[in-house]
Amino acid sequence: MSEPVLELVGITKSYGPVHALRGADFMLRAGEVHALLGENGAGKSTLMKVAFGLTRPDGGRMLVRGRSVFPRSPRQARELGIGMVHQHFTGIAALTVAENIALSAGWEVRPARLRAQVGRLMERVRLPLDPAARTGDLSAALKQRLEILKALAGDATVLLLDEPTAVLAPAEAGELLQFIRGLAAAGRSVVLITHRLEEALESADRVTVLRSGRVRLTGAASDQTPASLTAAMLGTALGSATVARRAEIGDRPVRLRCIALDLLREGGHGLAVRDANLSVAAGEILGIAAVEGNGQRELLRALAGIVRPLRGRVECDRPVSFIPEDRTTEALISELDLTRNLVLGVGRTAPWVHGWRLDWDVARQRTEALIREFGIRAPSAGVTAGALSGGNQQKLVVARALERLPRVIVAENPTRGLDVQASRFMWERFRDAAANDVALIVYSTDLDEILTWATRVLVVAQGRVVSLPADSSRAQVGAMMLGEVAESVS
Amino acid sequence: MTRWPLLVGTAALLAGLGVLALGLQLSGYDAALALAALVQGSFGSWYVISSATLVRAVPLIVIGLGIAIAFRANALNIGAEGQFYAGAIAATWVGLHLGGWNRLLAIPTVWLAAGTAGVLWIVLPVWLKRRFGVLEVISTLLLNFVAESLVSWAVQGPLQETRRVYPQSDPIAEAARLPLVPGTRLHLGFFLALGLALVVQYIFRRTIWGFDLLATGSGPKAAEVSGGVKVSRVAGFALLWSGLFAGLAGGIEVGGVSYALFQNLSPGYGFSGIAVALLARLEPVAILLTGVVFGALEAGGAAMQRDAGVPSVAVYVVEGVVILVLLLAEAALRRIRSAVVLPEAEAGPA
Repeated sequence: MSEPVLELVGITKSYGPVHALRGADFMLRAGEVHALLGENGAGKSTLMKVAFGLTRPDGGRMLVRGRSVFPRSPRQARELGIGMVHQHFTGIAALTVAENIALSAGWEVRPARLRAQVGRLMERVRLPLDPAARTGDLSAALKQRLEILKALAGDATVLLLDEPTAVLAPAEAGELLQFIRGLAAAGRSVVLITHRLEEALESADRVTVLRSGRVRLTGAASDQTPASLTAAMLGTALGSATVARRAEIGDRPVRLRCIALDLLREGGHGLAVRDANLSVAAGEILGIAAVEGNGQRELLRALAGIVRPLRGRVECDRPVSFIPEDRTTEALISELDLTRNLVLGVGRTAPWVHGWRLDWDVARQRTEALIREFGIRAPSAGVTAGALSGGNQQKLVVARALERLPRVIVAENPTRGLDVQASRFMWERFRDAAANDVALIVYSTDLDEILTWATRVLVVAQGRVVSLPADSSRAQVGAMMLGEVAESVS
Repeated sequence: MTRWPLLVGTAALLAGLGVLALGLQLSGYDAALALAALVQGSFGSWYVISSATLVRAVPLIVIGLGIAIAFRANALNIGAEGQFYAGAIAATWVGLHLGGWNRLLAIPTVWLAAGTAGVLWIVLPVWLKRRFGVLEVISTLLLNFVAESLVSWAVQGPLQETRRVYPQSDPIAEAARLPLVPGTRLHLGFFLALGLALVVQYIFRRTIWGFDLLATGSGPKAAEVSGGVKVSRVAGFALLWSGLFAGLAGGIEVGGVSYALFQNLSPGYGFSGIAVALLARLEPVAILLTGVVFGALEAGGAAMQRDAGVPSVAVYVVEGVVILVLLLAEAALRRIRSAVVLPEAEAGPA
C-alpha cells in the first residue's frame, strides 16, 4: 500500500453557529483517485478549502508527505504541490488560454516562448486545448479543461477537483474521469468531489463519505455499492426510486409551440439551432437531453422569450417562468436580500405592485411565507441571497418561478450542483406544477433525472431537435445525443 | 449596522481635519487659527450656516442626487461638472431674455432650460455607450473639458457683458433670480434640493423604477434574464436623469448665487458631488447630510483663506482624506463580511 501524501486529522471548522466540520479525518495515498462524497453542506468543499489554504480550520492537523503544515494561502498550497480545480470558472474571460495559464503559473508572457511552454504542458498532461482561443468563448467543458491545465501547470502532485463533472455531459464526464485515472496512473493523487455515486464507484480507488461535518464511511470503492454509499450520505435508506407518471396528454391544450425556429449562436456567429419544431401541452414535463453546446441553451432561451429567434416563431401562453442555469448571476442577485430577489422575478402582476409603487411589507410577508413553505434555510427574508447555500438558493428560484402562476416553465439544468434530496424536492415541485396544468420544458445534464421525471423526452443534437422512438433505452438516448440518429419532430 | 456609516463618517472627517492641521503646521501656518477660521466660517453663526454653508451645499446636493441615480444603476457619470456648466450657460442665456416676466414663470423656465441643457450634454455619451459600448466614464469625463471651453468662449463671445470688459455675462433678469430667505443669502434652490432629495428617496425605496435601477446596478444579468429589466435602457435613462440634475444645479447656481456666467463658476462641484453621493452610499437623505458637510468645507475654506491666509484649496485635503478613510472602511467591512458570509454559503446549515 502506497504512502499517504495528504492527511487531514480531526479537522473542525465553524462558521458562527454552523459547524461545517466536526473532527473530520481524511487520508489521500500516492497514486490514488479518492472520491469525496456527501450532500450539499456536508463539509466536502470546506475540507478541501482547508487543504488548499483558502480557509483556516478551528482545530486539527494536516500532514503533507508526513510533514505537519497548514497552508496559509493557495500560493503556499501550490508550493506544497497541491492544486485545486474549482467548480466555477476562475480565469479571465478576455485573455487567451495560454495567457490564463501563464497568469496562474507565474510564467512570463512572451508569446513565442509561452506558446512552446503551454504546448509542452498540454503534451505532458495529454489535455489538448487551443492556446490562442479567447477564454470567454470556450464551452463549459473546455473552460474546465483550462482549469485543470492551470492546476497542473504548477506541477501539482495532489489535485483537488470540486465537482468537475457537474457541468459536463455524460460523454464529456467519461472522458474527464478517464483522464483523471491517467493522472493517478502516472503517480499523481486526486481527490474527486462528486454527487454522482456511479462516478465514485467506477473511477475511484477509495471513497470517503461526509455527513454533517463528520466522516461516515471510508474504504475501498470496490467494497461499496450505490446503496451503501447512499445510506452513508443520507443517514437513512431512501425509499424505492420514483417512477415518473406518464401524463395522458390527449386533448390537453397546447401551451407552447415553436415553428421552424432558427437561432443564432449565443457567443458569436453561425446557427445554434436549425428548423426546430416542437409543442408542449398543459401537464407535460418535456425533458431535453443534450450534450453541452448543441444548441439547447439557445433553444430554451428562445422558448422562454429571452432571445429573439432569427427565423421562425414561438407561440406560447403567458406568463412564462424561466429558471436559468447560473443561479448566482442570472437567477439571483447575491448582494440583495431574499425579498428583493423575489420581487425581481415575479414581475409586474404581483400583489405587491400597485401601478408603479412597491409595497415592501407585502413582498416581505410573502417571502417569509415561501421560506416556510419551501423549507428554505434562512434566518429571515432580509438575508442576502448570496448567504444561502446552493440548494436553498435554488429552492428560492423555484418558489419564485411558481409564484408567477406560470402557464409554462422553462428550466435550464435546474439541479446543477444540488444534492439528491434537493434535486428530488425540485422535481416534485415540477410534477405538482404539471398536475396543475403547467407545461414544463426541462433540460438537465443528468440524463437519468430526465428519464425518471420527464413525461416525454427530446434530444437536441447539433442544433436539431430529435424525437425519441418509443421505448428507447438509455444507451440509445446517449447515442442520439451524440448525433447518431436524426429524425426531426414536427 | 445602521449607525456604522455615521460613525465611520465622523471618524473620517476628524481624520481629515487632523491631517489638514498637521499639514498646515508643518508648512508653517498657524493650524489652530486656520481650523478656527474653518469652523467659524462654516458653522460659526446662523448667517454663515445659512449664507455660506447651505448655499454651497445646494449644488452639491442636487448634483449628488443625480450621481446617486446613475451610480445606483452602475452607470458612472463623471461628467457632472460639464453638465453643470451646460446648465449654467443655458440658464444665463435664457435668464438674460426674461426681463419683464413674472417670477413664477421665469424661474421654472430657467430651470427647464438648465435641466434640458444638462440632458443634452450627456446624450452623446449615452448614445455612444448604447450604440458602441463606449465607456461613459471616459466620454462624460472628456465632455467636461469641452463644457469648460464652451463657457470660456461664451463669456468672451456671444454671452459677454455689454461693456465687453470682463469675460463674464451681464446679470440675468431680476425675474429669473431666486427669492432669498430674508436676512440671508439662502435661496429657493435649497428648498428645491430638499424636496428633490425626498422625491428621489421615495423613488429609490418605493417604486419599481427605483428597484429597476438597483437591480440593474447590482445584478445586470439577473435583472435582464430573471427580472425582464431592459438593463441598457435603464442605465441610459439613469445617465440622462443625472445629467438633468447636474444641469439643474448649474441653473440654480446662476439663478440663486452668481446671477451671471463666468469661468470657474464651479469650484469643482461636479466632482465633489460624486464624493457627496458616494459618502452617502447613494442614499438621498444621507446626501443632504454629506452635501452640507462638503458645503461647510467649501465655505470654511474660503474663510480660512480670508482670515488665516491659507489657500482655500487646502480643504480638498480634508475631502481627500475623508474619501480615502471611507473607502478603506468599506473595504475592511467587505472583508469582514465575506469572511462571515461566504463560507456559510458553502457549508450551509448542517
